[in-house]
Amino acid sequence: MKKKKEEVKEVYPLCIGPIHPALKEPAMFEFKISGEKIVDVDINMGHNHRGIEWMARSRNPVQIIYLAERVCGICNICHAYAFCRAVENIAEIEVPERAEYIRTIVAELERIHSHLLWAGVAAHELGFDSVLYLTWRVREKVLDLIEYLTGNRITKAIMMIGGVRRDISKEQIPKIKEALRYYKKIFVKLKSIFLEDPTIAARTKGVGILTKEDALTLCAVGPTARASGVPKDVRQDQAYLAYGDIDFKAITPDILTGEVNGDVYDRIVVRLLEVKQSVEIIEQCIDEMPSGEILFEKKIPVLLAKLKNTIGEGIGRHEAPRGEVFHYVRLSGKENVETWKIRAPTYNNLLSWIPMLLGEQIADIPIVAASTDPCISCTERVAIVKKESKKREILTKEDLTKLSVEKTRRLMKG
Amino acid sequence: MEKEGKNKKENNVMTPKEIITYFKDKFKKGIKNVKIEKKTAGVKKNEFVVLWMEIDRKIFKNAVKELAKIQFPHLAVISGDDIEKEIKLNYHFSLYYAKRLEEISINFSVKLPKNNPSIETITDIIPGALITEREIQEMLGVKIKNIPDKRRMFLSNEFPKSVYPWRKDEKGINDKLINKLYMRK
Repeated sequence: MKKKKEEVKEVYPLCIGPIHPALKEPAMFEFKISGEKIVDVDINMGHNHRGIEWMARSRNPVQIIYLAERVCGICNICHAYAFCRAVENIAEIEVPERAEYIRTIVAELERIHSHLLWAGVAAHELGFDSVLYLTWRVREKVLDLIEYLTGNRITKAIMMIGGVRRDISKEQIPKIKEALRYYKKIFVKLKSIFLEDPTIAARTKGVGILTKEDALTLCAVGPTARASGVPKDVRQDQAYLAYGDIDFKAITPDILTGEVNGDVYDRIVVRLLEVKQSVEIIEQCIDEMPSGEILFEKKIPVLLAKLKNTIGEGIGRHEAPRGEVFHYVRLSGKENVETWKIRAPTYNNLLSWIPMLLGEQIADIPIVAASTDPCISCTERVAIVKKESKKREILTKEDLTKLSVEKTRRLMKG
Repeated sequence: MEKEGKNKKENNVMTPKEIITYFKDKFKKGIKNVKIEKKTAGVKKNEFVVLWMEIDRKIFKNAVKELAKIQFPHLAVISGDDIEKEIKLNYHFSLYYAKRLEEISINFSVKLPKNNPSIETITDIIPGALITEREIQEMLGVKIKNIPDKRRMFLSNEFPKSVYPWRKDEKGINDKLINKLYMRK
């Protein structure tokens, strides 16, 4: 009798979005639900296309750096750097060693702030808002430090083709070291909050699993791939910036837990350990930073004239907080850049949502979707959006968060 | 047994030159414009290598299959370029990833004539290529043969058909489609 009831269970469609269930960015999930279980997932993108590559057609390479920074509010070092690296590769520009170290330091500071931001969002999705406030307060310290070093909290505007625009002086180093000490101390606390809490473990262990095979075949990148046991990390795999000089290994969850499950918990482990790793990389950079120039060419008109006479194509890669950023650039001896293609990490992680979400419950959607740390503004960059509203049951973000919070509370009681 | 074989393959890392001769021996004239780009970084001047190869459309899929035989490649993205009478697609792969300083970037480019811009899908070899193939299809008007999902990826359904934003010819974005906000009264 019971069995028959299950068979009768109707599969119904459930649309979530375009207001995103994870970060406040638009993406639409179309689920097929049977009871509480997800049986099919489709991802509908394109709600945030801004035409950035198209806009770049009427800009010169130096102007594009500032456009690249505005691809994403969080990864603005990554896109600016990947673009600069591609152009430097084409024009065979030698970047001074000191500039490479400064770029590394700023990129790692960005990773710390991005991972802490994510940790807060993850806590919020699970219903622990006090942890959200704690992690975001902790994040302020690195934002202040970024402001101290670059002049801006978020959009750093420090990249330039052939180097960086600001040096790090001797007087600034004690303040960096103090912030690093603070993070080493607070890391112990964050680790125990996120990794030793039984409720967080209950909500995240065995949830949203991405197998190693799926991570490989779907070309997943960043912490999403590493949490599934694929130690892909551009910083480790290629010699670029100061990463070739510094000794470190890509982080996989087995370093801490001894096993790889590829679930949400493992993705928390990887990101938290990477915060500590970033602190260590910055320490090494400060200790070993060579002296010298910070720019290949100080006069921008001279630089632009050189690029104007350059023909060729090149790629720029960098490990952003969310994974590999990839830029393709072609210069054709004109003032403006001929072709520019941006590929953000979330783009490659979109498909891995599908195996993660299949078979999960509706209340797990927010945390599973958030666990890849999606960044939609990076992924989509072409204009024109209008979505006709279809008559379907639509859950808002608030409904979903409520469901997720209720599940956490249930687990805490039980 | 199978595991052993895999390990053997992993230890047997090919150098960039070996990779190029491997492809040249296999496909002879199908491989053109080979370029090895070497760059150094940092104080220790460690090296990393980027390979570029232009591959004939007829043998393109076989070339990707051969690449996958060396190791399952990581596909970063497919970028596309409108160069007058042709459309050039660049497949940005990499091999030997996930190992300290061993990764090699490999870029396969393929030129498609504009009167018949079509190419076989590679999603049967690399399932992760689906999104980028869908993007190439809608942005450049390249027909991807046997693609498992034909829908648009980023463009909305209201976006006019046979307009391809990455094209620079008459099929690209025309003036009518551009909303010049600064000209509004």
